[in-house]
Amino acid sequence: MDTLNNYDIVVIGAGHAGCEAALAAARMGCRTLVTVINVDTIGAMSCNPAIGGLAKGHLVREIDALGGEMGKNIDATSIQFRRLNTSKGPAVRSSRAQADRLLYRLRMKAVMEAQENLDISQTVVDSLMIEEGRIVGVRTSLDEEIRTRAVVVATGTFLNGLIHIGLKNFPAGRMGDTPSTSLAGWFKETGFSMGRMKTGTVPRIDAASIDYSELEAQHSDQPPAHFSFSSSGDYTLEQRPCHITYTNAATHDAIRAGIDKSPMYSGIIEGVGARYCPSIEDKVMRFPEKDRHQVFLEPEGLDTTEVYPNGLPTSLPLSTQIAMLRSIKGLEQVRIIRPGYAIEYDYIDPLELKPSLETKRTPGLFLAGQINGTSGYEEAAAQGLMAAINAVHLVRGQEPLILDRSQAYIGVLIDDLVTLGTKEPYRLFTSRAEYRLLLREDNADSRLSAIGHEIGLLSDKEFIRFQSKEKARINGIKLLESIFVTPSTTLNEGLATMDSAPLKQKCSLADILRRPELTLDHLADLARLTLDDETQVAVAQLATSSSRDGVQLQIKFQGYIKRQNEQVARFQKMEHVGLPDDMDYSSLSGLSTEVVEKLSRIQPRSLGQASRISGITPAAISILQVHLKKRTGGTVQP
Amino acid sequence: MFSQPLDSETIAAISTPPGSGGIGIIRISGPRALAILQLIFVPRDSSCRYKSHLLYYGRICDPIDQHIMDEVLAVFMAAPRTYTREDVVEIHCHGNFLVLQSILELILQHDVRLAEAGEFTKRAYLNGRMDLTQAEAVIDVLAAKTRKGLDLAVQQLAGALYERVDAIRRVLVEIRALVEVAIDFPDEDIEIVDYGHLADRLRTEVLAPLDILLRHADQGRIFREGVSVVIMGLPNVGKSSLLNTLLQEERALVTEIPGTTRDTIEEYVDIRGVPVRLVDTAGIRHGAEEVEEMGIRRAHEQMARADLVLFMVDLNRELSEADRELYAAVSHKPVVLVANKNDVVDGAGPNLSEFTCTGRSLVRISARTQQGIEELKHAIFTAVTGGREQWQEEACAPNVRHRQALVRARAAAELALDGVSVQQTSDLLAIDLQECLNQLDEIVGVTTTEDVLDVIFEQFCLGK
Repeated sequence: MDTLNNYDIVVIGAGHAGCEAALAAARMGCRTLVTVINVDTIGAMSCNPAIGGLAKGHLVREIDALGGEMGKNIDATSIQFRRLNTSKGPAVRSSRAQADRLLYRLRMKAVMEAQENLDISQTVVDSLMIEEGRIVGVRTSLDEEIRTRAVVVATGTFLNGLIHIGLKNFPAGRMGDTPSTSLAGWFKETGFSMGRMKTGTVPRIDAASIDYSELEAQHSDQPPAHFSFSSSGDYTLEQRPCHITYTNAATHDAIRAGIDKSPMYSGIIEGVGARYCPSIEDKVMRFPEKDRHQVFLEPEGLDTTEVYPNGLPTSLPLSTQIAMLRSIKGLEQVRIIRPGYAIEYDYIDPLELKPSLETKRTPGLFLAGQINGTSGYEEAAAQGLMAAINAVHLVRGQEPLILDRSQAYIGVLIDDLVTLGTKEPYRLFTSRAEYRLLLREDNADSRLSAIGHEIGLLSDKEFIRFQSKEKARINGIKLLESIFVTPSTTLNEGLATMDSAPLKQKCSLADILRRPELTLDHLADLARLTLDDETQVAVAQLATSSSRDGVQLQIKFQGYIKRQNEQVARFQKMEHVGLPDDMDYSSLSGLSTEVVEKLSRIQPRSLGQASRISGITPAAISILQVHLKKRTGGTVQP
Repeated sequence: MFSQPLDSETIAAISTPPGSGGIGIIRISGPRALAILQLIFVPRDSSCRYKSHLLYYGRICDPIDQHIMDEVLAVFMAAPRTYTREDVVEIHCHGNFLVLQSILELILQHDVRLAEAGEFTKRAYLNGRMDLTQAEAVIDVLAAKTRKGLDLAVQQLAGALYERVDAIRRVLVEIRALVEVAIDFPDEDIEIVDYGHLADRLRTEVLAPLDILLRHADQGRIFREGVSVVIMGLPNVGKSSLLNTLLQEERALVTEIPGTTRDTIEEYVDIRGVPVRLVDTAGIRHGAEEVEEMGIRRAHEQMARADLVLFMVDLNRELSEADRELYAAVSHKPVVLVANKNDVVDGAGPNLSEFTCTGRSLVRISARTQQGIEELKHAIFTAVTGGREQWQEEACAPNVRHRQALVRARAAAELALDGVSVQQTSDLLAIDLQECLNQLDEIVGVTTTEDVLDVIFEQFCLGK
């Protein structure tokens, strides 16, 4: 057999899901092929040139902790770093970065090219080959067959992609790229439940035609908050500001004047759009009382004048796009380089998936990214990573890796998709996570790096670095819990200068740190006033170490963290009671028809997952327990 | 939240049928069973080591105020030789519903959940106690429960309780949406709600209506569980005669000799639908002998716990200092003045205005001839139910389980309000708000993330 046409894993698509999938499979030691319609678009950012944000920043950190690439790629190519929500509490602080769009994809392509075990091929896959019910290969548009043991499909918006600008529309996977129509047809013929979604993007405008003089600038944070746990130090690239401007009454008039030529409002678009990412025409029509909408002018890179006016996704006719843009302050003379557009595409109902992202219908076939009805680069990348890990495990005959809702945002994302399905493009929010206080950006490595290393994805070097950081954190907490101070005039005078109440009885430094107004820096000052030299040095070192935030959080929010840990313990009991795949729900007495239908369709893997399916009652769960017991004859109690 | 049948939660319920019987049994099952027993049970033999399957005699005593609730027999049965194959405790009480109910409530205050219908049996099955045929029976019970639950849900849909709890739930979803939108959309041009507004809404739209519901729960409880009414007065004013008259039987020994009743006597009567625990006490006087003195002490204890005091005077005697002294001792309680021996009084009797000037009702009766007894019943009913007050709202009086959920919801809302007042960060605030929602969900069904997101997208124009 021709070895060039024989792989362990084939990944179709090289967007954010496809890149993580291909790299993970290859790094775990599988012979991997990634196919892409146009090799120049590997790692392309089709929409806004930014990575991170609320819940998305969390995902990038988790991907990094497991050994993925996205964090490193954005750290190396970012032209602006910002920390969000720094005043809103430890669980919801998040990182966001503007990327140099070109450098981002070039670096990703270079990493892929340099990756051992990974072949890249500019190929259009038309269909998947199935023998005896399972995946055995892919067939290309040149009628070639490539044999493989597992396939990860990460085709994004390319399945039957259709671009709309005004009342004009044409097939495309992204502006300038051909869509995947044959493969879409294959999914339909094979019987997959599919739907149609839409998303939109903004016109790209020329910086040289923008008057920035009156606009508010938003600069990079100093020092930068890196995404990757292995990044450190200062910026790699020169930093660029974003600018903020607003739409106004004239803008809204221009939009209303062109609304009859909007493909959305004239009913041409049938796909469902996301409520959190509405087009500007949608915002104006739905919230007529709002007299302005915010627009962020984001630079697309260092060597381009293209600017991304974030906040203005639109599919209005080009003339209307120009009229509305030119009514905005700073954009009076603006020139459009690329028009904004809406794109409709097919997605596959994620209820077709197991929590491993393998389809229930076709063993060996995994789906990742926008094809599953999600939106966002980070959501896509996370799925790509998990799909590849589980494809490797399948090929090797190992158990799938399923992260649960208490372990990672990745777990929340996938559990939501495969348990609830989605009707609109799914985006992660921190509010979707029940155990938000435990799923922080700062502790993504504590949660996941051991797993990443164990499955052979996170390198030894990175794992050793993680271990030493983790040890420092744990020792830091022990240190503060073991040092006691007694009330004294010096100490209380010191506390007074920090606007903190005097100490009444002996307590540990950890107890003092729990006072909301105090930080580790204050502790270092107090130590200098009252404690011996050796202790002073230890506390001062801790206050400037890289584990300082982790230590501080763990101590300050101990009470809340304990409460959440108790909730997790209760949650996990139900998660650990497995439901067999071959359970015949229709044969179980006592369950309603609706419950039987839902359970048969979704095939939850645990009692916990079953309990989250909408319409499954507590009594139905009790009945399942009794039947499980009957079936196994053993005890069901964990 | 979802009930967690697989949890190692400890559950408890009254296991004997409703209605008064000779004895009533409360059963507790789960890992905390013995700990609970040791907390509330005072064995007569203080060296008692709770050997498995042995019956011990003692008293149930509230560990907080040391109040003695009943004399009982208690047995601890160690797993697995028990019905559920878990640790089980049974408390054999006097078969009075009110007593059983109050002991159960005491148990439920200590990290024990009220057992659902069929739950002991379900646990028995899950823990391998029963065979397959019995399993089918369990499924039938559970399936029936689903159907019944559905009927109940439909009834409650129309019911005031559902509507009221759901209204509070919707407010909480909105408050959570306000908190979440600020967290998940930090760069948006939206007005972020200030904490003062959140505090106002928590107070007026969450805590206040929860308080009203809890008050209804207490009122509903008056009908379900009854009230305690204590007859107090000087010796020989006719307390025992009144007890007998209300009971319509010769329960208490009535003589002309003052101080005949040496101890308290309790009986249950139904007054216009309200179960009343009627307590006759020893007449209060100075210089009583030792046994009588103990009775007097117990009379005071009973009074302290009573929902209502019937303060009796004899119309044939002028008010004495002793009357005034005793009245002063009960005057902080709800009181109905009962002037007895109306059948034999000459003229109007003594001037009672010093007792009635505070607006307290006065009923003139004759315990002997039953004159004025209907009026007295009316006065008792009015006093314990607050008269006309909202009895049409009985439909929304929550049951024990609802009440537990409401109490916990209230506690969580208080925590959230505390958090707001100390400017706690919004992610931590969300934890308390969610806990409050989870408790209300116990009554009205599950709130999902989508519900919160729906409110966010309805109210805010978001998305860059």
